[in-house]
Amino acid sequence: MDERRPALNPRASLRGWRLFVATALPVAFLALFFAYPVASVIARGLDGRGRVHPADVLGQATTWHVVWFTLWQAVVSTLLTLAVGLPAAWAVARNEFRGRSWVRTLVVVPFVMPTVVVGAALRSAFARFGLDHGTLHLDRTVWAILLAHVIFNVAVVVRIVGGYWETLDPRLVEAARTLGASRRQVWRAVTFPHLKPALWSAATVVFLFCFTSFGVILVVGGPTRATLETEIWRFATQRTDFTTAAVLAIVQLVFVVVMVIVSTRAERRTAASIGIARLAPAPRPRTRAAKARVAVVVALTLTFLLLPLAVLVERSLSVGNGYGLEHYRALMHRDDQSALLVPPIEAVKNSLVAAIEATTIAVIVGTSASFVVVGGRRALGRVLDASLMVPLGTSAVTLGFGILIALDEPPLDLRTSHLIVPIAQAIVGVPFVMRVTVPMLRQIDERLREVAATLGASPSRVRREIDLPIVGRALAAAAGFAFAVSLGEFGATAFLARPDRPTVPVAMYRLLGQPGSSLRGQAMALGVVLTAITVVCVAVIERAQRGRRVGW
Amino acid sequence: MSHPSRRRTPFLLSALVALSTTSLVACGNDTTNRNAANCLAAPTSAGIDPVAAANKDVRGTEITLVTHDSFAVSKGLLDAFTKETGITVTVLQSGDAGQLVSQAVLTAGKPVGDVLFGIDNTLLCRGLLADVFTPYASPALADVPDALELDTHHRVTPVDVGDVCLNYAKAAFVRSAPPMSLDDLTTPAFKGTFVTENPETSSPGLAFLLATVAKYGENGFEGYWKKLRANGLEVTSGWEQAYNESFGGGKGPRTVVTSYATSPAADLMFADPPLTEPTIGVVEDTCFRQIEFAGVLAGTKHPEAAARLIDFLLSKTFQEDIPANMFVFPANDKAALPKEFTSSVKLVAKPLTLDPVQIEAKRDDWTSRWTNVVLR
Repeated sequence: MDERRPALNPRASLRGWRLFVATALPVAFLALFFAYPVASVIARGLDGRGRVHPADVLGQATTWHVVWFTLWQAVVSTLLTLAVGLPAAWAVARNEFRGRSWVRTLVVVPFVMPTVVVGAALRSAFARFGLDHGTLHLDRTVWAILLAHVIFNVAVVVRIVGGYWETLDPRLVEAARTLGASRRQVWRAVTFPHLKPALWSAATVVFLFCFTSFGVILVVGGPTRATLETEIWRFATQRTDFTTAAVLAIVQLVFVVVMVIVSTRAERRTAASIGIARLAPAPRPRTRAAKARVAVVVALTLTFLLLPLAVLVERSLSVGNGYGLEHYRALMHRDDQSALLVPPIEAVKNSLVAAIEATTIAVIVGTSASFVVVGGRRALGRVLDASLMVPLGTSAVTLGFGILIALDEPPLDLRTSHLIVPIAQAIVGVPFVMRVTVPMLRQIDERLREVAATLGASPSRVRREIDLPIVGRALAAAAGFAFAVSLGEFGATAFLARPDRPTVPVAMYRLLGQPGSSLRGQAMALGVVLTAITVVCVAVIERAQRGRRVGW
Repeated sequence: MSHPSRRRTPFLLSALVALSTTSLVACGNDTTNRNAANCLAAPTSAGIDPVAAANKDVRGTEITLVTHDSFAVSKGLLDAFTKETGITVTVLQSGDAGQLVSQAVLTAGKPVGDVLFGIDNTLLCRGLLADVFTPYASPALADVPDALELDTHHRVTPVDVGDVCLNYAKAAFVRSAPPMSLDDLTTPAFKGTFVTENPETSSPGLAFLLATVAKYGENGFEGYWKKLRANGLEVTSGWEQAYNESFGGGKGPRTVVTSYATSPAADLMFADPPLTEPTIGVVEDTCFRQIEFAGVLAGTKHPEAAARLIDFLLSKTFQEDIPANMFVFPANDKAALPKEFTSSVKLVAKPLTLDPVQIEAKRDDWTSRWTNVVLR
């Protein structure tokens, strides 16, 4: 890098105490709430007290069957998700149309839907289309798993790739077209190279989600399918065999670390440095064919993603032999004979509070880490970049049980603190924030910074007036995503002992855990309320950034 | 300045080093003294003195009850305890019973709370072998039948009793006879009707596997499951998919399901629209008995207050609240049952049972064999 002009060099733009704080924060967060707990629980599993020998676990053929299945279903799910998500990303990123921002918001809906609901929706859809038996049956097949993974993860592609796609200057595409390039040539020479880092980003997140898939495997795949994640859960919680669980957790970690190193490197290598970053209004599709293309893509994507929601709504309204709002009314008061210790609607409040806390933590930690990754010393940035992704691919039981045995001494006896829930959720939220902000920061046009510096702006002013506004918009998208992730309650929270503050997914599981049709109806109604609140909140978070445009 | 690269390497390295070293250590140090057979042997700890517990001033103490996600009580019930004793109770819920016990084993000696409720006879020895509990003989045990006290050293106290049984949809068996026994399910009349849960991932699923072991013996249960499989058995991962989806709460494509003896009572209470008669029937000859226990967690800082909570769990106030909230029967003989219970359900007279010691010694072997027969 150019040593003579350090102020203009993004790699050196962060120094002194700012660099220290920006580095120390994510490092401490990761060390304390991830590395230490996970190392503790693995060490506990391998302390020789177990019933089985660690080496025997690795020697078993079934272990490697599970590893192989986990790996290939994750790879195929990722490719399928990219295939389905890219057209949708294009539609919302490159075209201005009415309701565009709502489409962007609606794609996160499956994200907060409990697996039980998506699983049930898929099964009833299969039954409706006759796909639950015969030669074409999908029920309880690996296809059903892949399909569910696509439904859950399309949002990742639309958001990460779509957000990045918006920064591609449309004039570049127009220029290429004017010069006679075909659509395909433009894609190959301009668009695709520009998107590569975002594609790697999205693919990493989707892969890690599918690699650690749990509910989908058990509910949609049925009892004959197992991934490393479901096996770690089974051995740790059902068999109390911490040795086998620890060995499987190490295997899972090794794969995840390798994957993360490969993908963050690829993302870095492909980062566009040609200076095309610009937030310009997307053009309205002009021709009838162009309009039709956008309409078809949007319609197909939404139908596909919102099918589970339709089933959820239908079931929440189904009362006795007709339809009505009884289940929604029942949410407001605690039935004296129900599975919950509080009125179900309390769960909504609990979920919101935890999600706001988790999003705040994730945004602060994720943003400082992103600045270090892009602006700190190179080796430091690389390690941090990869390390913060690893929790996304770590089994929830490993982390949950790890927190239980590691954070058990004052001043850090957080096991029963209510803060542990948002912290555990933020661990999953940070990678989202980073996967959006890092590629953005990297491709900010160097000339913008140079111009600012030449005009006398200090490095911190460059960061404030150039970097932050550009990142700000992406950050809002990332925050919305982190918020949705917390509401949908991914991660280790299910494996912590929690104070009596059930969140919505927990409340739904409890309501569904008892016989009785009215409780099922209430669970479904609660799911609809959660979905509605998610959509509104994500929309509000993102609209907050509206109107701020950066560019020439 | 911090160096994440330096911190990270030891973490990954230590995990690998730990793996290699412990595999060496484990070779020479296999812990066989934790044999399942010793699980009901006398503990080393003397436990909590009931007289001292009753006399100690515990007002103002705050304690924590650790339990599973199915725990439920009526509004204000725990306030009654606070009013009576001055002790405040926080409830911590975490996952299913398997997860609860695993967490307790993991944190043995440094518990997350003071009292654990929700360990049953299928998991009992697992908890006892890990020294999770400290003994306490509650005076309230006087009203509990001796047969329920599986641990005579009082490390755990029986709180409720329930049965896992086959349920059937009454509407599906109007013209034909409903199943009466386990054997019936292997006959052509019940082909393609039965859905059950995977015993590796579901507690009623495990209870039903244990029922078949109790009925057909350790060497005969696989033969029975082979016949079930040949007769169109469906297996789900959890109770929710079996009962709510496949069985459809009595309206689904499958008409026989593994669930609880109290499902008809829940069906009545939460019926929509209201019912006068349950639509679910119970096959009494297929029931496996589950007893749920509570115990004071070893390492608690408030043993006396914890002991008072155990007393409360056996009190009439708590015991009479159990059925309508958790759909199991009170352990206390003197507790009255709600009307939905007296009219629609009962504890079967001759349930299938297995010794907890035998369950602990063999369950992994049985579930593995089950997997080979049913899922492979």
